[in-house]
Amino acid sequence: MRQLLKTTMIIAAVTLGIAAAIAPARAVVEIDINRGVVEPLPIAITEFLSGNGVGAEISSIVEADLKRSGLFAPIGKDAFIEKISNPDAAPRFEDWKVINAQALVTGRVSQEADGRLRAEFRLWDVFGGQQLIGEQFFAQPANKRRIAHIIADTIYERLTGEKGYFDTRIVFVDESGPKTDRKKRLAIMDQDGADVRFLTDGRSIALTPRFSPSRQEITYMSYESGQPQVYLLQIETGQRELVGNFPGMTFAPRFSPDGQKVIFSLLRDDGNSNIFTMDLRSRNTTRLTNSNAIDTSPSYSPNSSQIVFTSDRGGQPQIYVMGADGSGQNRISFGGGSYSTPVWSPRGDLIAFTKQTGGEFQIGVMRTDGSGERILTSGFLQEGPTWAPNGRVIMFFRQKAGAGGPTLHSIDLTGRNEQAIPTPNFASDPAWSPLLNGG
Amino acid sequence: MGRISRLTLNPAMLILALMLAVAGCANKQTPNTAADLGLGGGSATPGSPQDFTVNVGDRIFFDTDSSSIRADAQQTLTRQAQWLGQYPNYQITIEGHADERGTREYNLALGARRAAATRDFLVSRGVPANRMRTISYGKERPVAVCDDISCWSQNRRAVTVLQGAGS
Repeated sequence: MRQLLKTTMIIAAVTLGIAAAIAPARAVVEIDINRGVVEPLPIAITEFLSGNGVGAEISSIVEADLKRSGLFAPIGKDAFIEKISNPDAAPRFEDWKVINAQALVTGRVSQEADGRLRAEFRLWDVFGGQQLIGEQFFAQPANKRRIAHIIADTIYERLTGEKGYFDTRIVFVDESGPKTDRKKRLAIMDQDGADVRFLTDGRSIALTPRFSPSRQEITYMSYESGQPQVYLLQIETGQRELVGNFPGMTFAPRFSPDGQKVIFSLLRDDGNSNIFTMDLRSRNTTRLTNSNAIDTSPSYSPNSSQIVFTSDRGGQPQIYVMGADGSGQNRISFGGGSYSTPVWSPRGDLIAFTKQTGGEFQIGVMRTDGSGERILTSGFLQEGPTWAPNGRVIMFFRQKAGAGGPTLHSIDLTGRNEQAIPTPNFASDPAWSPLLNGG
Repeated sequence: MGRISRLTLNPAMLILALMLAVAGCANKQTPNTAADLGLGGGSATPGSPQDFTVNVGDRIFFDTDSSSIRADAQQTLTRQAQWLGQYPNYQITIEGHADERGTREYNLALGARRAAATRDFLVSRGVPANRMRTISYGKERPVAVCDDISCWSQNRRAVTVLQGAGS
């Protein structure tokens, strides 16, 4: 069993000073990611020094993270003039200005006597001629990828002013086998597709996994008892637990922002579905909706005061918002077509959704009162948005006509920088974790 | 998969299954029974699951995003109710399904509503409710896998599955 989740134990950061550049002046190099079109920032990421290749491995992961964000344009190493031989010394800024590197990353990875890796890196403002960041991290070698993601997050945050999202994981449904008898099992991986691990064995269909805010636990729906039911799963131990004991199907689970409750749909005997919460400590169940309709896909606002959900009480699936106690249920989607899978942004200001119109499926966002709808991507079949913890990127799954199965993709809130997420098989229902190192 | 493996025991049924698959992607019609296909079902033992599937029709189909029992489906379910009255030892699972033109969670709910509507119709035709359980597979278990309406219309279905017991 890997130790990746025990972040506080493993990864320690220490700020590195440097004699040559101590002035904490305002950086010249910055990215304003609130502009509509962002020109990616040219950045030179040098190979981190180490005796055994682990330095190069870590710096290449940093480079890949930053490149995929669409906000950075790493410069090819062939263009580099200065060869960094002492990462503790200031670089020759002129050599990096010549190749128009706005920012420069240098570093070194070594092994401590106790076996831990020590990774040091510095971020330089080339045209400002100063160090912006100097930090070192200690971690077990098994966590070298996490060190790289944390370094990438640190650079992203320093240059954009917003939290990164690289030290995160994705839980999803791995799909294999023929479409008429497809195996659907839960899997987890790093946000860049590395280190895939399967969480269920595939003997029964498992769907709609979602992270708890603690990052240690997943709630999902499975057919393992014969009747579809909501479960909890401890990621590290594999321990599973049925949520409640209900006569009908339970589905569409999500955690409350404090992780104390699971909100889900319960099928009524008349064929309609309503929304309930269960307190995971007291096991008390509370009914929130009671319509003669399908009420499903509930998602809390980050401050827990409101819930967004799908209902077809008006004739076709639309998005509604209600208070956390079920009060004031109001429709907010009026754009024509049907709407489902609403998910509240971690920033609280937007709701992502799937919209069906004109024979296409779209992923979009709207404000929490339904205004300001923006469609990010349209296609034959795509659904199930999930937010990166910084609220800047949305992941979803897509099936092209004739493709045979779905794949994972991410897109920026701007509708730009669409990226395919590599998975071993077909994949659906991605859910993004919070930042592993505390957010 | 249980149904498929049962079908393959009988060569005539295998042909039927193949024809259903071919007809499904070529036609907008959704054949319910062997009789609809002009096959006849004479080889099935009366009271057997094959008899039910071939001569009665084990499934009904729905319109897009609807759980209303269509007129053609009412005929099928009426035949099912008569047959189930004749062979009262079977327990029944009604599977509700949706096509892929909806999102996953909503389609789980829609499949459940279709299964409940099917069960309620059978109850109205005299099948005791305690013989039946329902389950939704949403869009997770399509029978037809092309990417157009000819397949979607076959996947929007409720299937009456006979459980063990026998007549």
